Amino acid sequence: MNNYFKVIVNGLIKENPTFVLLLGMCPTLATTSSALNGMSMGLATMFVLICSNAAISALKNLIPDMVRIPAFIVVIAAFVTIVEMVMNAYVPALAASLGIFIPLIVVNCIVLGRAEAFASRNNVLASALDGLGIGLGFTLALTLLGAVRELLGTGKIFSLSVYPENFGSLIFVLAPGAFIALGYLIAMFNKLQKK
Amino acid sequence: MEYIGIIIVAIFVNNIVYSQFLGICPFLGVSKKVDTAIGMGLAVTFVLTISTIVTFLLQKGILEPFGLEYLQTISFILVIAALVQMVEIILKKVSPSLYQALGVFLPLITTNCAILGVAILVIQKDFNLLQSVVFAISTSIGFALALIIFSGIREQLALTKVPKAMQGIPIALITAGIIAMAFMGFSGIDQVFK
Repeated sequence: MNNYFKVIVNGLIKENPTFVLLLGMCPTLATTSSALNGMSMGLATMFVLICSNAAISALKNLIPDMVRIPAFIVVIAAFVTIVEMVMNAYVPALAASLGIFIPLIVVNCIVLGRAEAFASRNNVLASALDGLGIGLGFTLALTLLGAVRELLGTGKIFSLSVYPENFGSLIFVLAPGAFIALGYLIAMFNKLQKK
Repeated sequence: MEYIGIIIVAIFVNNIVYSQFLGICPFLGVSKKVDTAIGMGLAVTFVLTISTIVTFLLQKGILEPFGLEYLQTISFILVIAALVQMVEIILKKVSPSLYQALGVFLPLITTNCAILGVAILVIQKDFNLLQSVVFAISTSIGFALALIIFSGIREQLALTKVPKAMQGIPIALITAGIIAMAFMGFSGIDQVFK
């Protein structure tokens, strides 16, 4: 039990995909214009990670080594299609604001990276938990970045007003703010980790 | 006029890196030297144009007539992966010198989200084949431009003193943010072409 707990914490902090491994930068930058958008992108990716990790771990003995990467991609793409269809059906507004980045979960290097590095070597339960841990780490990072950008840009967090909107600087909601906010967040994470 | 509009918008106004956030991984990964940036830019231009044509024909020729649009993500990514492999093999045989120049970048391209992103974007924007090709080429020029500007700055950045926690990716991201601000100056130009 302790071991499984370690797997989750590992993904959350020690191998945080965004701040430490620096993977999956495109959705991180593009979908964090608000905390809610960032969190939903993180959760969508987490679902794909858990399912694809579990499926690949279950199938690992059936997939020949030569074609494992294309096989992994097909498994991942199948789950991404499920997420895409479900989001279009139940939360169309959210799906529209995340737009093209939902199908692009397929090429998110985090998902393929975990399939190759973890799921193809461990049992189903551990792989699913690894997916959960990494997914939570990714969600946490995206929500944090989204919250920082939303707060600095519009004075709100999760659409709850913190200070008047007029004092916000809109640049943080726009493209340049994404790069700058993420740059400072990674720098802070580096500093905290060294201590 | 319409095509000039597509070209200007794709290169400057909606620059794929600085305003669309596609292809950030190679953008951060291979931008330490100007030479490699040019190589990567060329390789992306090559693959992006071919893959856009192939996925466009796949969508209009097979997926839409048979009502299989929900297979778009799976089929596109498979086609792109296969295509990159094929381009690599053909290039090795036909033009060894070009292969030498682009070879190392080709395997990296499969996971470049710009390729799949543009393939899906042209379908969403409802472009015809010629518009798609023009869009793909100008998008990849925009990518190459972004990469070359950025690598030029990073070469200088390597020589400057940067606080320890900011070294590497953080300072690169902040630099990219400032360039993105400069690129925002182009917004509005597209109104001229409407």
